[in-house]
Amino acid sequence: MNTDGFDPKNLRLANIPEAENPLENHSLDNYKVIRMDVTKMTRAALEGSDLGVKEIDRAKNMFVLGFLYWMYNREMTHTLKFLDEKFGKKPDILDANVKVLKAGYNFAETREEMSTRYTINPAKIAPGTYRNIMGNQAAALALIAAAQKSGLQLFYGTYPITPASDILHELSKQKNFGVKTFQAEDEIAAICSSIGASFGGSLGVTASSGPGIALKAEAMGLALMLELPLVIINVQRGGPSTGLPTKTEQSDLMQAYHGRNGEAPIPIVAAATPSDCFNMVYEACRIAIMSMSPVIMLSDGYIANGAEPWMFPKSADLKPITVKFAKDKNAGEKFLPYKRDENLSRPWAVPGVKGLEHRIGGIEKQHETGNISYEAKNHEFMVQMREAKVEKIADYIPAQDIEVGTDKGKLLILGWGSTFGAIKSAVLQAREKGLDVSHAHVRYIKPFPKNLGEILYGFEHVIIPELNSGQLIKILRDKFLIPAEGLNKVQGMPFTAEEILTKIENHFGK
Amino acid sequence: MEPVIEKFTNKDLVTDQEIRWCPGCGDYSIVKQAQTVIPELGIPRENIVFISGIGCSSRFPYYMETYGMHSIHGRAAAIASGLKGSRPELSVWIVTGDGDALSIGGNHTIHILRRNFDVNILLFNNEIYGLTKGQYSPTSEQGKVTKSTPMGSIDHPFNPIALCMGADATFVARSMDRDPKHLQAILRRANEHKGASFVEIYQNCNVFNDGAFEIFTEKSSKKNETLFMEAGKPLIFGENSDKGIHLDGFTPTIVDLTATGMSANDMWIHDETDRVKAGILSRFFDNPKNPNHLPRPFGVFYVEKRECYEDSMAKQLVDAKAKKGEGDLDSLLRGRETWTVN
Ligand code: SF4
Repeated sequence: MNTDGFDPKNLRLANIPEAENPLENHSLDNYKVIRMDVTKMTRAALEGSDLGVKEIDRAKNMFVLGFLYWMYNREMTHTLKFLDEKFGKKPDILDANVKVLKAGYNFAETREEMSTRYTINPAKIAPGTYRNIMGNQAAALALIAAAQKSGLQLFYGTYPITPASDILHELSKQKNFGVKTFQAEDEIAAICSSIGASFGGSLGVTASSGPGIALKAEAMGLALMLELPLVIINVQRGGPSTGLPTKTEQSDLMQAYHGRNGEAPIPIVAAATPSDCFNMVYEACRIAIMSMSPVIMLSDGYIANGAEPWMFPKSADLKPITVKFAKDKNAGEKFLPYKRDENLSRPWAVPGVKGLEHRIGGIEKQHETGNISYEAKNHEFMVQMREAKVEKIADYIPAQDIEVGTDKGKLLILGWGSTFGAIKSAVLQAREKGLDVSHAHVRYIKPFPKNLGEILYGFEHVIIPELNSGQLIKILRDKFLIPAEGLNKVQGMPFTAEEILTKIENHFGK
Repeated sequence: MEPVIEKFTNKDLVTDQEIRWCPGCGDYSIVKQAQTVIPELGIPRENIVFISGIGCSSRFPYYMETYGMHSIHGRAAAIASGLKGSRPELSVWIVTGDGDALSIGGNHTIHILRRNFDVNILLFNNEIYGLTKGQYSPTSEQGKVTKSTPMGSIDHPFNPIALCMGADATFVARSMDRDPKHLQAILRRANEHKGASFVEIYQNCNVFNDGAFEIFTEKSSKKNETLFMEAGKPLIFGENSDKGIHLDGFTPTIVDLTATGMSANDMWIHDETDRVKAGILSRFFDNPKNPNHLPRPFGVFYVEKRECYEDSMAKQLVDAKAKKGEGDLDSLLRGRETWTVN
C-alpha cells in the first residue's frame, strides 16, 4: 500500500471522506497490509539523478514490481530484458527504472517480507459463520482466549524476529484484555521475563523463531526444573543460523525435542494450518498449566503469514482451563513445593500467599521438599519423574484421528505442521484415483496421542513428508520401530500437492 | 482498614538450609544485615521475593525465609523484570555478583536500570570469580594474576557505579560488608526508593581474593581512604575529619582543612539529586596505590524520581480499557468481518 497515495488530497480525488481513510478505519484488519511510501523511496533511490521529479515519479511502478518479485519469489531477468529493449536508447531512463526495480526488491528483502504465501485450494466448506485469519493472528487470539478462560493475566515477553513479530504486534493492540506485552532487550530476557511472570502466577508466554529459540534454550531448561507453566512459540524459518528468515521450513523439530543440556523433556505441539494455530496455542497453554511445564508450540512462516477462512469458536465452547493455585500447606505443618498431584504436577504457589514461602531454582532438587540435592538416586528419580510427567500428558490430550481415509490400509501419509494442506489434497486426489491411501496429521508430538502406534501398525507402509531432511521420522522409528519412509524437501518452500501425489503414485507403481 | 501486617523478626528469616559459603566470607555479614533490616520495613514477609543468578552471592535466596528463586547465570534481572511487571505489589530483590551482573548478565543490568522497575539490586562485588574457583572478573584490576591470567589480566575493569550512572539508574549507592551499620542504612534507603535501586557492596572473598578492599575496610586506613557521603553535608574525610573535597570547575581536589584554614562548609556539599556531580563522584575510582588519589566514596551517589516501568505498564492497560472498554472475547474471536456459508 503506497501510503503517499492516501493523503487528504488523494482521498478527495477518490471521493472518500477523510474519516474513512482505509488505512485507519480498520477495514483492512483482515488483510496483511504492507505500508510503504513508494514515492519517497523511489525518489530516494534516484537521488542525484539528472531526471526531473516527474520522470522520477514515473518509475514508481518499478518499485512495486520489484517488491512483488521478492514476494512471489521470481527472477527479475524477464523484466530487465524488457526494460533494456524498451529504453535501450535512453540510458538514463533505463538506468533509473532498473535502479528502482532493484530498490523495491531489496526493500522487501531487508524488511524480511515473507516470500512464501499460504494458498488454500478452494474446497467444499462446511456450513457456518467464518472470518479470515492468519496464523500469527490466530496464535495471539488463542493466548488471550487461554488467559480469559483460565482467569490468568497474560504476560508476553518477546524480542522482535521474523517471522514471529506479528504475534507481538497483535497482542500489543489488545491491552484492554489485560494483556501485558514486554519487548525485552534480547531473546534470553524475553523468556526469562516470562518465567518471572509465571513464577508470580501469570500465564507467561514467549515466541521467536529458530535462532532466537536457540538463545532461549538454557532458560527453557530452567523453566522445566522450576516446573512452572510457560508457552514457547517457535515460528520456524529456514535454518541453520540466520538461514532463510523469510522462507519456511520444519527444521526445528529436533531442536524442540532435544535442544537443551541434560535430559530435558518439554511437551511439543504443532499447528497444521493458519487457523489451527489458534487450537494448538490454546492447547499449549492448557497443557502448560495442567502439567506445570514449559510447552513448545511449533508454527512456521508459511502458516504464520498465510490466511484462511476460519469457522471461529464461541468462547463458551472452548475447553475449560482450571488453575489450582496452592492456598495451604500440603504436608501438615510444612509446605512441600514439589509434592505431586495425579498429573505428577507440583503445586503452583505464588508469592503473596502466607505460609508457603519457598525457594526454587535450577539446581537438582530433592523429591517433594525441593531442597538442593546432589544425591545420586534422587537425581535419577527426578530425571525419570520429569519424563514421566510429560508422558502423563497423553492422558489429557485427544486421540489421534484420521484426516482422510481409513484407520487401516495399504499406505498412510503421516504429516505434521504446515504440510497439511498439500498432503490432504494429494491424498484426496489419490483416493479419487482409487488408491488405498490415508492421511493422518500429528498435532501432539510430545507426548504422542496414545493410539498413534496402533494407527501406524494398521498400515502396510507409512510415508512421512517433511520440510526438512527427516526429523519426525527419526522420532517415530525410534519409538515405534517402523520402517517409515521419508519424503523430504529443504528448499525454503512448501510442498505442492503434486509432489506428494507423485510420491503416492510411485509407491503404487503408477 | 489497613491490612494488619504480621510482625516477624530476623530469626523468622533464617531458613533450615545449611549455609555453604566459606567460613569468613563477607556474604555472611550481608545476609545478616538484610535479615536485620527487612523485618523493620513493614512489608509482609510473603510479599518479599529474592531472585538471584549464579555465583557465590546467588545462593543468598536459600538462606532467606521468603519467596525466592535461584535462577541461571546473569538472568536474575530479566526474571525480576517479568515478576515485577506482572506483580507490582511484590517487594522484589535481586542478589547478584560482579560476574553475574556485569559480565554474563551485563545486558540485563543496564536495561533494568534504564527501565526503572521498582526493585532492589544488591551487587556483591568481590572482584573475582569465587564459585568457579578464582578467575579474574570484570571488576578485577588490570594486571591481576589469577588462575586464568598467570601473566596478569589485560582487561580494563568496569567501574560499576559509573556504568549505572551511564544507564540512567535512579538510585546508585555503594556500601561494604565490613560496615554493618552503613550497609543497613543503605539497604533501608534502597528499599525506600521507588525505582531500580542499585547497591554495590564491596565483599571480601577471603579464599580467592582476600583483602581486595582491606584498605577501605580496615580501621588503620579506612578514614583516610574512604569518603562517606551524606546528603546536604560537606564531603569530609581523613583521620580527624581534616580533609575535604573541593570542586574547582569540574575538577575535584583534596583540601587539607588544617593547613588551609578552610572550613568544612567551604567544601563540596553533597547533593544526591545532582546528576552531574554524581557523575564526578562515580569517577572517584583511583587505584589507592597512586599518589594523590581521591578517596573512595560510600553512600548514596544519586537519587532521581522517575516513573517506574511497571506503573506505566499497568497504566496503559487502564487507559486501553477506558478507551475501548473491557475486552470481550467473543467479539475478538469474531473479528470485524464475517460471512455465513449455508
Ligand atoms: S569463594 Fe569467596 S565469595 Fe565464594 S563463598 Fe568462598 S569466600 Fe565467599
